[in-house]
Amino acid sequence: MMAWIPVVLLAVPLLGALMLLIAPRALHPVLRPYGLILSAVTLAASLVLVAAFDYGRPAAIQYELDLPWVPGLGMRFHLGVDGISLPLITLTALLTFLCFVYLCWGRGTAREFMNARPRALVFTLLVLEVGMIGTFLALDLLLFFVFFEIVLIPMYFLIGIWGGDGRRAASVKFILYTLLGSVVMLLGLLLVWAQAGTLDIVALNASHGAGMSRSVQILAFVAIGAGLAVKTPMWPLHTWLPDAHTEAPTVGSVLLAGVLLKMGTYGFARIAIPVLPEGAEAAAPWLGAFAVVGIVYGALACLAQRDLKRMIAYSSIGHMGFVLLGFATLTPVGTNGALFANVAHGLITGLLFFLAGAIKERHHTADMPALGGGLLARLPRLGSLLTFAAIASLGLPGLAGFWGEMLALLGAFQPADALPRGLFLTYMVIGGLGAVLTAAYFLVMLSRVTHGRPRAADEAETGPAADTATDAATDTGAGAVTGSGGGAAIAVAERTDAGLSPGATTDVAERADAALSPGSTTGVAERTDALPPDATTGVAGRTDAALPPGATIDVKPNEWLAWTPLVVLTLLFGLWPGLLLSLTTPPVQALLGALS
Amino acid sequence: MIQQIDYFVIAPPLVLALSAALVLLLDAFLPARPVLSGVLALAGIAVAAGFVVAQAAGTGSRSTFCVPQRLGGTAATCSFVADGFTLVFAGLVLVAAAVVVLMSMTELTGGGIPVGEWYFLLLCTIVGAVTLPASRDLIMLVVALELVSLPVFALTALKRYDGRASEAAVKLFVVSVVSTAIMLFGVSLLYGISGTVYLSRLSGVFSGQVAAPGAPEGLPAVVTVGVVLVVAGFAFKIAAVPFHSWAADVYQGAPIPVAALLSVISKASGFAGLILVLVAALGGQAATWAPIVGIVAALTMTAGNLLAMRQHSVVRLLAWSSVAQSGYILAPLAVTGTAAVRSSIAYLVIYAAMNLGAFTVVMLVSKTELDDYRGLVFRRPAAGLALAFCLICLAGLPPGLAGLFAKVFVFREIVAGGAGWLALVMAVNTVIGLYYYAVWTARLFAPGSRAPLSPPATAWYAMGVAVVAAVLFSLAPQLVLDMASLT
Repeated sequence: MMAWIPVVLLAVPLLGALMLLIAPRALHPVLRPYGLILSAVTLAASLVLVAAFDYGRPAAIQYELDLPWVPGLGMRFHLGVDGISLPLITLTALLTFLCFVYLCWGRGTAREFMNARPRALVFTLLVLEVGMIGTFLALDLLLFFVFFEIVLIPMYFLIGIWGGDGRRAASVKFILYTLLGSVVMLLGLLLVWAQAGTLDIVALNASHGAGMSRSVQILAFVAIGAGLAVKTPMWPLHTWLPDAHTEAPTVGSVLLAGVLLKMGTYGFARIAIPVLPEGAEAAAPWLGAFAVVGIVYGALACLAQRDLKRMIAYSSIGHMGFVLLGFATLTPVGTNGALFANVAHGLITGLLFFLAGAIKERHHTADMPALGGGLLARLPRLGSLLTFAAIASLGLPGLAGFWGEMLALLGAFQPADALPRGLFLTYMVIGGLGAVLTAAYFLVMLSRVTHGRPRAADEAETGPAADTATDAATDTGAGAVTGSGGGAAIAVAERTDAGLSPGATTDVAERADAALSPGSTTGVAERTDALPPDATTGVAGRTDAALPPGATIDVKPNEWLAWTPLVVLTLLFGLWPGLLLSLTTPPVQALLGALS
Repeated sequence: MIQQIDYFVIAPPLVLALSAALVLLLDAFLPARPVLSGVLALAGIAVAAGFVVAQAAGTGSRSTFCVPQRLGGTAATCSFVADGFTLVFAGLVLVAAAVVVLMSMTELTGGGIPVGEWYFLLLCTIVGAVTLPASRDLIMLVVALELVSLPVFALTALKRYDGRASEAAVKLFVVSVVSTAIMLFGVSLLYGISGTVYLSRLSGVFSGQVAAPGAPEGLPAVVTVGVVLVVAGFAFKIAAVPFHSWAADVYQGAPIPVAALLSVISKASGFAGLILVLVAALGGQAATWAPIVGIVAALTMTAGNLLAMRQHSVVRLLAWSSVAQSGYILAPLAVTGTAAVRSSIAYLVIYAAMNLGAFTVVMLVSKTELDDYRGLVFRRPAAGLALAFCLICLAGLPPGLAGLFAKVFVFREIVAGGAGWLALVMAVNTVIGLYYYAVWTARLFAPGSRAPLSPPATAWYAMGVAVVAAVLFSLAPQLVLDMASLT
């Protein structure tokens, strides 16, 4: 039934990438719409998937496609979707599309895209999308492995070419670390194949480890789990992650945190736990222990960070700790929580990395002391969004970050019968402590970055006019956030953008002490971005001598477009968690069949 | 006594030998036609390949040079057999040979190398490489192996007045002669114990089904010595540890087509001989050689990868990488069994395509320092992308699916065979290997010099053949498995 949709999901980005190789010159002038349209088509296909999904039986594999590929290995091109993979596929298509929106929309394009090699960037992102979606679609152990590996090379180049100053070391560390993990995982998968005699994940799930002795299951679980744990990442195998995230360009960080980490956790839900129930049972206490250490370690490491991106990277380790703790309970509640936290983390951390990238782009640093506080006063919309994402990430009830972690802890309160309850109660307490620490470091971050008086106001005593200007802008800006919604601001911004000539813009900026309408502030921001650097410095210099050029630009239209869906979905899943949980509960119960 | 010879069976080596002679004569009478010699060599290879295909299309295996029945011979006591194993190796060698000839046509345009001798020696090597997998007795095996090795010394040294080339030739000569001596000693011990040179009869003796003539009450301990010496002799040919140290210097000193030949054709012959001796003749002694092969495989891949990491010259890097790859090919032989041998052969076939692809691009660029490859993708997109693809294949990552599947074949056999430790060593080595392949690949995409590059057309064809094969194996790895399952 409708097996063509998974094929479209893979074929559109793949053929799109191949076209870039075959006809580079013809596509060069239309690169931006090209990437945008391809990712939009993929997103549309994934939405068709969502719309046509039979919600009456989410545990069943739907849209199944099963073709032989390498009969000599018993490997089949077996794709399918169920309630566990559906949200992740949509999340992947959405995040990739939003990355393209962020890069390609409008005239105020992101820095990376303008700098160097747009064709290679579009190509890399499309190939990355093939690997990510394929991993969630694959229902054959080796096919899963192949897709799992496809993302390595594009991500290596994404970090290595478009990354920050330490990109070479970070990219090499990323690829070597994750390859070591995945080769060990391959050994585990082959061990399963050697013992069970099939590579078909559906059949393996249904048999719940029949035909494999306990010791083999433990060995295979450790091997597969180690590979997945590197990707997730689980403490102590996480050391590649902070560097990779810090050095990656914004879109790289977003996809890395939003999707690539999920491939690891998805592997636990799809392969490691259901295929090897006895192995999972034996390893679960260890998995839980590493998970809670990761939670506390991630939180403590976050408290010690100065770099905003690095801090968010460490926060991912903590959040993934909750996901792993949920899996380790081996209960439907915990696993559901883990899968929920997975999606929520993708949305929220994706947004956080977008915001961190935007801040870094404006200030040319993500060092929190150097940023100097007062973001809410200086750039009210960006500051508000950062505040929103941070409190969503720390798990405020009513936002998406809350439910997953709550359910994971609840699962630890009552773990599967075969597991030691006392131990898991301890994990629950430590995990709860970690949640408190999470709140602590996000609040510390907010107090450092968004709160306080802008440094400019303290230093600008020499020029009273500039001081007034800052205050005026602050007031009107704050008014805009409370008074008008995001959509209105975009409309105004676009209108002023179209109506103003560069000369007029400078003119407006020079009369900044005059009363400004909120719309024209954004308009000025748009324009200054496009001006040559010296002119920009001139304009910025009027309001703030200490900040680098461009630091006064609030949220741009492409950023609004890219971020709004994430905000909306965070709210939606926070207020209506049943939307996701109803999808994952039946398949989770089916997969845990042997354990619960 | 008159023996009937089935000329159809021996047609491939025969055609090659005839064209070798023809090339030499042509060079003597029409010396100013270097391209013609190359085309003639290619034609010879094509005809030989045609015969191989015709033999493959026919049913069953055919053999010749058999012991007549009235002298106690059976169907199994033949010296030359064209079965699936032979045809797979012959096909591999001939395709690789065509690529090497195309590379040579580029190499020889520089002058300074005598054309006639070059192609003559090249074709002689190929005669040996095609004969070797068909050999089913120890003497023919050793002769064929020498026929593969001897012309290569001369080929290496043909770049006259080049100190590095001469040094490489001498090193290769000494190493090869020593290895031949060791192997001959081993072979003579085996012959002395069993009283036969035919692999099928050796198999009977060493598996204990037939009593050894000299030792009716059981096999003497000297069998182990013989087995170890034979394995050591082949280990020299495939540059396995501890006989690997010649590889980098020889590859670097030799002209690039010869390095490609050493890394693919010569290596394939070494493996063909090793598999024949170990599996067909000494299958009963697996308990002796399997652990040795396993340890040698683990050491070979580790040493090759560690040494490759430190290289700045691409040819040296490829030399050590091909040593490492030898380790991967050797690994399944440590878990005995037909399927394991097949996975070795499948790896070898895929390795040949991807390694030749890398060498052809090195030939195109004609630069040997890693830094010369900066920005190749911008200067020559086709060559840059082809090299990137081959390197990723060698590393074993998508999109280089051929290399990935090759590793999966091998891993699968090792895991199924229960040699978990070897699988772990290989897993770690895959990661070490990725490091230097990734560093090289990254250079291709790094900004660098934009000096134009205009290599001759024949090198492009060579690259095309190798890369198309690698892409084909990536999309349909079943092809390789089907080929390997012929054996």
